[in-house]
Amino acid sequence: MDDIIIITDLVKSFGDKVAVDHLDLRVRRGELFGFLGPNGAGKTTTVRCVATLTNFDSGTIIVDGYDIRRSPIEAKNRMGVIQQQVSLDKDLTIRENMISHAMYHMMGKREREAKIAELTEFFGLEEYLDKPVDSLSGGWKKRAAIVCAMLHDPKVLFLDEPTSGLDINARRLLWDVVRSLHSKGTTVFLTTHYIEEAEALCDRVGIIDRGRIIALDEPKRLCENVGSVAVEYMEGGRTNYRYFGTRDDAQAFASTLPTEGEIRIRRTNLEDVFVELTGKTVGGQK
Amino acid sequence: MIVDFLKQVYYVAWGDMRFLRHNFWNILVMSVMSPLLYLIAFGFGLRTGETSIGVSYVAFVIPGIAALSSLSSSFSSTSTRMNVQRLYYKSFDEMIMCPLSLSAIVFGKCTLGVVRGLIACGLIYVLGLCLPQAPELVASPLVIVCIVLSCVVFSMLGMAAALLAKSHQSMATFNSLIILPMTFLCGTFFSVSDLNVVFQAILYCLPLTHASECIRAAALPDYLDFPVVSLVVLIAFGVAFFLLDHWLLKTRKV
Repeated sequence: MDDIIIITDLVKSFGDKVAVDHLDLRVRRGELFGFLGPNGAGKTTTVRCVATLTNFDSGTIIVDGYDIRRSPIEAKNRMGVIQQQVSLDKDLTIRENMISHAMYHMMGKREREAKIAELTEFFGLEEYLDKPVDSLSGGWKKRAAIVCAMLHDPKVLFLDEPTSGLDINARRLLWDVVRSLHSKGTTVFLTTHYIEEAEALCDRVGIIDRGRIIALDEPKRLCENVGSVAVEYMEGGRTNYRYFGTRDDAQAFASTLPTEGEIRIRRTNLEDVFVELTGKTVGGQK
Repeated sequence: MIVDFLKQVYYVAWGDMRFLRHNFWNILVMSVMSPLLYLIAFGFGLRTGETSIGVSYVAFVIPGIAALSSLSSSFSSTSTRMNVQRLYYKSFDEMIMCPLSLSAIVFGKCTLGVVRGLIACGLIYVLGLCLPQAPELVASPLVIVCIVLSCVVFSMLGMAAALLAKSHQSMATFNSLIILPMTFLCGTFFSVSDLNVVFQAILYCLPLTHASECIRAAALPDYLDFPVVSLVVLIAFGVAFFLLDHWLLKTRKV
């Protein structure tokens, strides 16, 4: 399988603060890649660099064979980006936003009308097309933004915290959308700080902390690397975690613990991996 | 190549033209209100009689009001809409991520300001042509060229201001410190030659002075020689603002 995104030695600083620190990353064609990290780890900055929204200090970014600095037009033609904040023009209707996006990609009238009809039907947006953006709920706005980003058939779709601020129903609906896009062969690059989102959706996950990739693998293998079985127990008024390769080892350890307080033995999840590697909870606090 | 470029400009401007269409009457009233107030206050209320160049003050001031309308309408409509799209809607980012040439983005995003400027200038100028107090005014292709050029220059300045602004507040500061003084001082309501040389030197560094002089001379061809130098300077300002916009987009230091 070849790599559709190749990021090499990427550096981006804001004044003294290094947001992305010599980051190397490769995303395979057709995969659903999750980019996890605590708040301020450099996820969004990395996506903004790839999406050509932010100039980077050094390094190279290649999308589907095109260097985004040397061939930005070709690279942009292959990307669709959905930003964390819905970036639709609120002075226009949903349909007008879609037409604008299609025009930015130089799509002719017939082509864009056909594509808008196809995607709005797929996403169930037909009845909202001529409504102002602000009349839609957050989940529907995200769907409309995804349609805009998909109009030109991008080979890789960047979703920056797509479910941030959505209720659980809207979140699950979006997960279905992401899965269906992936099943059609689109490479999806998903940044999130929702661990369960990455676990539920992603083929591979990269964990970024302080601008550097600290782990990169399939979710299951990341868990195995930490230890497949977790023991969760109370000690000194706080919850502690220990990880073991087998359930027997975990049970042996649990039997040595004082009996007061709750002791849980369970499978290790990505959140455990995340906390173990970054020393932080998902929200970014230690 | 050129057709492709013009197509890109049209595609960039399309959304703004839809915005204009949705808000047409509101924009029309807003565009005509301040020039009308200036005309009533300065043209009729404050002064009457003949000016040093031998035309009525109303005929003298209408080209000045057209020039300042090109500034205020073109600048504010481009800067306000872009500021909102960039800082609040984030929809400007969408355009940057698309395979469009930066020059097409500059021209396309300036179109709304140019159209609004032309509406404001056109209405005040047509009104001036109908006034019996300003029989000296003429309508000529040169007047149109000067007004269009002026609108393009100030729309591009509006884009630069919007790209540099870090907040809505900083836009307001730019308006208060740069745009408002230009409105009143740059030969719109009086001739710059009436001032001492130091003030003249300062005012000739500003684009509105040249826009006022060009529009006035084109509007009163029997009384004033056309200032070719001012036209060249105005074009130079346009090129400089275009290059600034292009550079700001390219470096994304915004």
